[in-house]
Amino acid sequence: MTIFAVIVSRLSKAILTLLAIAILNFFLIHAAPGDPAVVLAGEAGAADEQMIEQLRERFGLDQPLYVQLGKYVAGIVQLDLGYSFRQGAPVAELIADRLPATLLLTLTAFVVSLVMGIVFGVSAAARVGKPSDSVLTTLALLFYATPLYWLALMAVLVFSVWLGWLPGFGYETVGANYTGFTRVLDILSHLILPALTLGLFFTAVYMRMARASMLEVSQLDFVKTAKAKGLSDAVIRRRHILRNAILPVVTLAGLQAGQLVGGAVLTETVFAWPGIGRLMFESLAARDYNTILGVFLVSAAMVILFNIVTDIVYRIVDPRIGARS
Amino acid sequence: MKYLKLKATTFLIAATLASPLAAQEAGGRLDIVVQPEPPGLMLGLVQNGPTQLVAGDIYESLLRYDGDLTPMPGLAKSWEISDDGLTYTFKLNEGVTWHDGEPFSADDVVFSADVFLRETHARLRASLAYVESITAPDPLTVVFKLKEPFGPFINAFENGTMPIVPKHIYEGTDFANNPANATPIGTGPFKFDEWVKGSHIHLVKNEDYYVDGLPYLDEVFYRVIPDAAARAVAFETGEVDVLPGGSVENWDIPRLAEMDGVCVTEKGWEFLAPLAWMWMNNREGPTANVKFRQAVMYAMDRKFMRDVVWNGFGTVATGPIASSTNFYSDDVTIYDHNPDKAKELLAEMGYDGEPVRILPLPYGETWQRWAEAVRQNLSEVGINAEIDSSDVAGWNEKTSQWDYDLAFTYLYQYGDPALGVSRNYTADRIKKGSPWNNVEGYNNPELDKKWAAAATMVKPMERADAYAEIQKEIVDDVPVAWMQELTFPTIYRCNVNDLVTTAIGINDGPRNAWIEK
Repeated sequence: MTIFAVIVSRLSKAILTLLAIAILNFFLIHAAPGDPAVVLAGEAGAADEQMIEQLRERFGLDQPLYVQLGKYVAGIVQLDLGYSFRQGAPVAELIADRLPATLLLTLTAFVVSLVMGIVFGVSAAARVGKPSDSVLTTLALLFYATPLYWLALMAVLVFSVWLGWLPGFGYETVGANYTGFTRVLDILSHLILPALTLGLFFTAVYMRMARASMLEVSQLDFVKTAKAKGLSDAVIRRRHILRNAILPVVTLAGLQAGQLVGGAVLTETVFAWPGIGRLMFESLAARDYNTILGVFLVSAAMVILFNIVTDIVYRIVDPRIGARS
Repeated sequence: MKYLKLKATTFLIAATLASPLAAQEAGGRLDIVVQPEPPGLMLGLVQNGPTQLVAGDIYESLLRYDGDLTPMPGLAKSWEISDDGLTYTFKLNEGVTWHDGEPFSADDVVFSADVFLRETHARLRASLAYVESITAPDPLTVVFKLKEPFGPFINAFENGTMPIVPKHIYEGTDFANNPANATPIGTGPFKFDEWVKGSHIHLVKNEDYYVDGLPYLDEVFYRVIPDAAARAVAFETGEVDVLPGGSVENWDIPRLAEMDGVCVTEKGWEFLAPLAWMWMNNREGPTANVKFRQAVMYAMDRKFMRDVVWNGFGTVATGPIASSTNFYSDDVTIYDHNPDKAKELLAEMGYDGEPVRILPLPYGETWQRWAEAVRQNLSEVGINAEIDSSDVAGWNEKTSQWDYDLAFTYLYQYGDPALGVSRNYTADRIKKGSPWNNVEGYNNPELDKKWAAAATMVKPMERADAYAEIQKEIVDDVPVAWMQELTFPTIYRCNVNDLVTTAIGINDGPRNAWIEK
C-alpha cells in the first residue's frame, strides 16, 4: 500500500471511530449525577422550581435523551460543536480561545522532552556503566517517579517565590500591554516553568526508552558487521543503531502527541495557564455538557490524527514496515 | 544617641501609618483573586459568588448596607417607608448615566425589578410576591407598594438581590441570550473592559461616576488562579493584592497574615452571614428520630472543630439564626460537647448501629476535614458513620433528591430570617429538585404559622419576640445540626485602604478603596 492509500483508509475509519466516541461520551456524561441546570441554580445560592425548569428548557434538557442525542450528532456531522449555555458562547469559540495557549505549552514540552530524551538516552547508552550514565539514569528515574503536581508546586516555590527568577503564574504579565518582541519574551518567561515541569516526566520516559533500545540494538549482528566493515563508532551509532532503536521512542511520542490537547490539566491548574485542560476540568465540574463533549471530541480527534502520523513516521524511519504489508 | 534617633524615626513612621487623616490618594491598580471563574458577569442573570464579586463593581442597586445592616445611599440618595409599612419611596441620584452614555432613570428601576429580575432572579421573586406595584411617578422617584407589610423588604435593595439593569438594552429581548451580556453595562464605579477567559477580567475606572472623586482606583484586575496553593503563592509574590474570603485554605491564613504589610479582616460578611449546618434526613433512617439528632449535637465537639479545622475562624452556632443577622436570640438550649449525654440518648432510642452516610460539601480540604472530624466524634459515641464524597454536581443531585443521611451545607441569611432562614424550615419549602430549601424535610405546622406571622409584622420589637420564640422551640427539635457561623477572612495588603466598608465586603469594595503610595 502506498502512503496515500494508507492515509485514506485510516481517515475513513477515523471518522467512524470519532462518531462512536462522540456517542459514547454523550451517554457517559449524562450518566454522571447532576446536570448543568442544577449546578447553575445551585451556585445562585437560591433556586426555586421555576428557575430550574426555565434553565432546563433553555438548555434543551427537558427533552428526551434520544432527542438530545439526535440533535447533538446532527450538529457534529455538520461540524457544529453546539453552544455552551453556561458560558454563553459557542463551544467551538471557547475551544479556539484556549487552544493556542495549550498547544504552545504542550508542543514546547513535547519537543523539549523528545529532543532531550533522545540526546540523553543516546549519550547514556554510549557511556553505559560509567558515572555519567548512572547520574543520568538516576535523574531520569527520579523525575519519572515524582508526581507532576508536586514537582510543579516545588518549581513555583523555588524559582518564583524564593529566587524570584521566573513568574509562577499565567500566560503573560496581566495588564502590562506588551507588544512585539517584548511580549514574546514575556510569554516565554511564563512558559519556562510549566513547559519544563510537563516535559521532565516525558524526558525521563524517552531517555529510558532510548537508552534501553540503543543498548539492545547495539548487541545485534548487523552492528558487528558494520564494525567489521571499519565504520566509525559515531556513524554506526547514528546511521545503524539509532535508526533501528528509535521506533519504540516514536511509538511513545505518538502517544504523548495524542495528549497535546487534553493532557496538561494539572500543569495548567497549578500554573494558572489559561488552557484547554482547565476548560475541560471546569466544564466537567459544572456539567457543561456541550463544552466537555466538544473538548473530548477534539482530544479524540488529536489522538486519532497522531496515530496516523505515527504510522507514517514509522514508514519513513523504517521502510521495511510499508514493504511488509 | 544612635539608638534614640532610630526610635524616633520608627515612631515617626508608625505615626504616619496610623494617621487617620491621611488623604485619599487617587490612582493605582488593584489585583483581586476571583475563584472559580464566574460563568458570566451579567448580575441580573447570574448571582453566584464570583459573579457578585466582579459585577458588584459594574452594577449597582438602590441601597448599600453598613456592617450593622443599616441602609446607606446607593443609586437612591434618600428613601422613606410609610408608617403602615406598605409604601417604600426612593429618591434617585441625579446625573447618573449608564456606561454606554445613556441616562439612567426611574424607568430602569421599574423595568429591572418588575420585568427583568421577576423573570430571572429566584430569590428576589420570593420577596416580590409581597409587592403590589412598582411605579415611577417621575424620572427620579420610584415607589414600591406592598400588599401586606414585609419587614425584611428594606434588605431587598442590595446589589446581589436587586441589581439595576439597563432598560434600553434589555427591553423586549431574550434576556438570557442577549449578546450584550458579554459586555455588561451598568452604572457602577468601574466599567467592563476585557475578559481573557481562564486568565483575568479587567475593569477600568468610570470617569463619569456620579459620586464626586470616586472611585480612586484606575483599574481593577480580577485574576483567575485555579489552585488554592497557587493563590497563596500569588499573594506572597505580590502578584495579587487581595485574597477574598475562601480563596486560600484556612491553614495558609496564619502564615500569610504574618507577612509584613499584610492585613486580615473578618468583616464584610454581615449581609450574607453564612451559617453552616448538616442536614439530617428527617424522613427516614436513624436521623428521623429527634433523640438521634440531639445525640449528634451532643456528640460533636464543635468548638474543637472551629479551632482546628477552621483555624479558629468563625463562631459555634447556637441555632438557625446567625448572631449578625437581625433578630438573633441566644436564649436557647445549648448543645455543648457531652458524649455521655449522647450515648444516653442513643440508648433511649435503641439505636442499633445502622450506618449513616455523611456527605461533605465538595468545596476543598477544609470541608473534607470537617466531615472527618464529625465522623470521628460520632464514632466515639457509637454511631456508625461513613463519609460519602462527591463533586459539586453530585452533591447538588444527592441533596436535592434527598439521597443522604447527614449532609453538610451552608446558606446565606441576607440580613433577615424571613429572607435567608425560614426557607430551610417551613413545610411549604419541602420540594425535591433544589438544594436551597427545606431539604431535611422538617415539618412543624405550628412553627410554620409563627414563621409566616413574624415575616409580616410591622414593628421590629414584635418581630424580635416572635423570632426569639421560634428559635427556642426549633433548637429543641434539631431539624438540622447547626455547626458554625462561618467567617471567610479577607487577606489584603495594608496599604489598600477602605476596602471593606460595607456588609457585602469586597463585592462593592473597590468603589471606596484607595492605595497609599
